[in-house]
Amino acid sequence: MSGGVSGALGAPVDLTPAADHGRAYWAVADCWNLVRRSLTHYQRQPAFILWTLGFPLVSVLLYGYVFGSAMKVPGGGDYREFLMPGMFTMTMAFGFMNTATAFATDAGKGVHDRFRSMPMAPSAVVTGRGVVDLITAAAELAILALTALLIGWRADGGPLASLAGFGLLLLLRFSLIWLGVWLGLVVPGPEQAGSLFAVAFPVTMISSVFVAPSLMPDWLGTVAAWNPVSATVTAIRELFGNPVASGGSWPEEHALLLSVAWPAAITLVCVPLAVRRFQRLSR
Amino acid sequence: MTTDYAVRAEAIRKRYGDKHALDGFDLAVRTGTVHGLLGPNGAGKTTAVRALATLLTLDGGRATVAGVDVSRDPRTVRSLIGLTGQYAAVDEILTGRQNLEMFGRLFHLGGRRAALRAGELLERFDLVEAGDKGVSGYSGGMRRRLDLAASMILAPRVLFLDEPTTGLDPRGRGEVWDAVRALVAGGTTVLLTTQYLDEADKLASHITVMDRGRAIADDSPAALKNTVGGDLIEVVVHEASELAAVTEVIARVAGSVPGTDAEARRVHAPVSDRVTALTEVARELRDRGIAVEDIGLRRPSLDDVFLRLTGQRTQPATAPAPGKTEVAA
Repeated sequence: MSGGVSGALGAPVDLTPAADHGRAYWAVADCWNLVRRSLTHYQRQPAFILWTLGFPLVSVLLYGYVFGSAMKVPGGGDYREFLMPGMFTMTMAFGFMNTATAFATDAGKGVHDRFRSMPMAPSAVVTGRGVVDLITAAAELAILALTALLIGWRADGGPLASLAGFGLLLLLRFSLIWLGVWLGLVVPGPEQAGSLFAVAFPVTMISSVFVAPSLMPDWLGTVAAWNPVSATVTAIRELFGNPVASGGSWPEEHALLLSVAWPAAITLVCVPLAVRRFQRLSR
Repeated sequence: MTTDYAVRAEAIRKRYGDKHALDGFDLAVRTGTVHGLLGPNGAGKTTAVRALATLLTLDGGRATVAGVDVSRDPRTVRSLIGLTGQYAAVDEILTGRQNLEMFGRLFHLGGRRAALRAGELLERFDLVEAGDKGVSGYSGGMRRRLDLAASMILAPRVLFLDEPTTGLDPRGRGEVWDAVRALVAGGTTVLLTTQYLDEADKLASHITVMDRGRAIADDSPAALKNTVGGDLIEVVVHEASELAAVTEVIARVAGSVPGTDAEARRVHAPVSDRVTALTEVARELRDRGIAVEDIGLRRPSLDDVFLRLTGQRTQPATAPAPGKTEVAA
């Protein structure tokens, strides 16, 4: 392999960096470069996006068809109509693990160190991840919604309400980006980020994703009704005109309010945590 | 700051709790050289490199890279350096070319020049064939070469190499060494940390030995070896039970206290009269009927320097010491 590296440094390519457009310009440009990087991942591994959708798709089949006939919706209505908004929300909720895993992978392999040793905008590492995750989430929702339409789900609340429903789903995903970034910086490696599933699964189960809280034991029903995941599920059921099955509790009756308040609260708590943790990398 | 030095650290400090990772560390790396940074595990090598590469903020002292203050103007420093850490910090899913183009754009070359530069570096680092394949299929040596290429995108004035060959097989190490030599020939200054002393011996023209966050020696490899003394006689026995007898023989002939490495069944001691010592030890061992696996004279290696300075052997097994004179027992 000797002689593989040759020639002096005098590169034919002009290496003077592009004209300095100012920090704001580079913050956006560097962010976009990292978005491109992750989108290229999907291009090179198209199966990956289906893989992340595997769980909700399997759940649709399992809960919708295996258990579906035995499940009843309080107040009446078709269970699969009730289930689909839950699947949408669960996919958004699980998304924080993708953020955490991607972040932990880059950190573990020294890719973050390389980025931080380069003259690029440091914020791009986080903003690039966030934009990619939102694009991914939108694609996931599109695939899930098409699947849902195929098996008979309909959104009857009108186009504006439906749009608002998908907006609320992306809002939840947005807030969880910051949780994911923080966790990705806290966990020692991508394997541990993957094991967050052990926490994420019960947290999404104890909600109104699969079953109305009013059917649970009282104490569990209260926990489930207050779950941020339930707030989004209940709110989008209303917006999509799907069965809501509200037990009449305060959080269920104010789901629309909470579906905005919870993501706002999660963002307000997790952004400072994530930023502080990111800055602590220099310590 | 004088431009003679590509990297300067003056009494830099970095504390973690009550552990002083850098405890007044000094370093001066001459422009256009390979400078080796050696030390036992936990001596502070990686902390020093990370601080100089602007990844850590210093608690005290002053450091400059290419004359630019690391603490005051990290952004400018980042446009003058390349960093290759202990892991190949490249994207596994992308191809080699896509990696270099991405890093090129992040170095603000713009898409067209980033693509041209990627092609150029793939050629320079002998990765043209693999360039459009996913990095996950690369060998360890290829990954490190891609990692080096990514560090070289802006043709940096200073390249930090933190254990660039750890975990590589000999062929991969050779590939990385060739790459480093070519970079230095092109004018880049390299600060190299390594666990392999033979690697420092081969590449570095100057070596700083670190221990407990400080520089404890700083000189050329040859000068460092001379501090250990003259040649060494070295005997490896078949049976560990013979070590005591051999130690006694060598001690008497050499007139100095031998060092013993029980695991390797090896005894060695500095000698002044090389040939006399060798023949006398060989004769005496034969007379006593002690079975010898190997006997010879060798120049002190950096291992001996390291052992004397830090009281520790380096962690991984190093290649056989160079310059060994073999004599049949």
